[in-house]
Amino acid sequence: MIRDITIGQYYPAQSCIHRLDPRVKIVCTILFLVSLFVQNSIWGYALATLFLAAVIRASRVPLKFIVKGLKAIVMLLLFTVVMNLFLTKGGRVLVDFWIFRITENGLRTSVFMAIRLVYLIMGSSIMTFTTTPNGLTDGIESLLRPLNRWKVPVHEVAMMMSIALRFIPILLEETDKIMKAQIARGADLESGNLIQKTKAMVPILVPLFVSAFRRANELAMAMEARCYHGGEGRTKMKPLIYRAGDYAAYGITLLYLAGIVVVGRFTG
Amino acid sequence: MSIQLEHIHYTYSAGTAYEKHALKDVSLEIPQGQFAGVIGHTGSGKSTLIQHLNGLLKATSGKFYYNGEDVYAEKYNMKNLRSQVGLVFQYPEHQLFEVDVFTDVCFGPKNQGLSSAECEERAKEALELVGLPEKYYRQSPFELSGGQKRRAAIAGVLAMRPKVLVLDEPTAGLDPRGRDDILEQVAHLHRQTGMTVILVSHSMEDIARYVERIVVMNRGEKMLDGTPKEVFAHYRELEQVGLAAPQVTYIMHDLKERGWNIRTDATTVEEAAEEIIRGMKHSYD
Ligand SMILES: Nc1ncnc2c1ncn2[C@@H]1O[C@H](COP(=O)(O)OP(=O)(O)O)[C@@H](O)[C@H]1O
Ligand SMILES: [Mg+2]
Repeated sequence: MIRDITIGQYYPAQSCIHRLDPRVKIVCTILFLVSLFVQNSIWGYALATLFLAAVIRASRVPLKFIVKGLKAIVMLLLFTVVMNLFLTKGGRVLVDFWIFRITENGLRTSVFMAIRLVYLIMGSSIMTFTTTPNGLTDGIESLLRPLNRWKVPVHEVAMMMSIALRFIPILLEETDKIMKAQIARGADLESGNLIQKTKAMVPILVPLFVSAFRRANELAMAMEARCYHGGEGRTKMKPLIYRAGDYAAYGITLLYLAGIVVVGRFTG
Repeated sequence: MSIQLEHIHYTYSAGTAYEKHALKDVSLEIPQGQFAGVIGHTGSGKSTLIQHLNGLLKATSGKFYYNGEDVYAEKYNMKNLRSQVGLVFQYPEHQLFEVDVFTDVCFGPKNQGLSSAECEERAKEALELVGLPEKYYRQSPFELSGGQKRRAAIAGVLAMRPKVLVLDEPTAGLDPRGRDDILEQVAHLHRQTGMTVILVSHSMEDIARYVERIVVMNRGEKMLDGTPKEVFAHYRELEQVGLAAPQVTYIMHDLKERGWNIRTDATTVEEAAEEIIRGMKHSYD
């Protein structure tokens, strides 16, 4: 049931992308997202498509999974396309019907916006599919460490993030169990109007909150029992170290960026 | 009047990286009124199996008949099945949510569409059946002790007056005293109401003394099925899958191996003691 949610989930596999340092994946993902927005030409998108396809291929995550993540943004996508299609002015008029008027520019903008959004989600889900949540928070902590100088509690924030991430599957599982238990007691979660449906959530939300607080308490206790006292003087069991493959990945991404800039110069 | 499972297969998250074939070709028939135990190592598919019994999970393939009716037929009334087969989940106290115990127990009958007078009558009856004293009825369920919470939660299912009661590891996380209390209560319930009771456990010791029949699950398959005596006769196979027969089984077999002329099929300490005394008398004659 509820456990089948895929967005933001890790896909276990053996691939060169999985083995990359999480910092590399975070930085390169950000660069890729930026690259989508700094250019606006067919050749730029072709290059981005090539890059994304190559990365997906190398990651050994089935395309099916990555596409599944898009389901979450279908509404947003439709909205963007429709708004851009009808509201952008300029260029040759393609369709003129009653109050609707589609122009060449409108078509172009809406298609490009759609591609941007889709690649944005695909690009970031490749990162989450190939990096464990713990790897991600380690990477973020390490990338943000310079902020320590300005008294930003980087370690604490990273710890909170990794705990929150760790709790997502647990709470999903818990929700699934509580839902089943209440359905077994005859609870009807599907039928009825909005008010009835909201009311039907009470038997699920109350136990869920109780359990979340109980787990949080237990975790805090367990951490204190093992002398956790924040980030000061704390070392890592598996410190992040750049290897040859990581530098190569940076290199390839920079090459891609250079390509985007060049394409932009000549066609933009 | 019975539960009939035929060649049930179940796969979790089919078609994803986390695909898990949790049940493989399980066939099972449980007649009305039987007190049956389902036993198996953690992850052997016990919980998955019993969630089929009230239609919470639908088999990937296979057939399920309740009282001869095909549960997977299009027009089958699932709601009716759920009020006939009461399912008490593992750690059922995690489902409590109302302001007081009594109202929480009323939740099930209320969902069945009964009048509030009827709900109250059933709640009272259920709370008496699980042996929860009246002074707790108006307390918040979150203030009760672990064992009491569990009783309240079981009452919440009993109040629906199911014909079949399925309990998933009802003793998990209780101390030995609480464990024996709950099991005694369930056995008492079975004697008193004559309903079918299916007790899930990962400990032989727990269920050996109560149930008439044991179904052993291993890696999603039904490995053994029979009376406790029949099942414990395979104690070496049970060991191989990480389950142990009750301690008395080992003692009896050891004695037999040392030349005692005794039967080895005792399942409880009392039976074993009797048999040993008989054996001793025999050898002195
Ligand atoms: N909701 C679920 N999603 C995916 N896999 C599950 C789920 N529930 C159980 N499993 C898996 O199915 C197998 C059987 O689990 P379960 O029926 O809970 O076993 P038991 O109750 O005997 O411990 C286990 O390997 C477990 O990891
Ligand atoms: Mg279980």
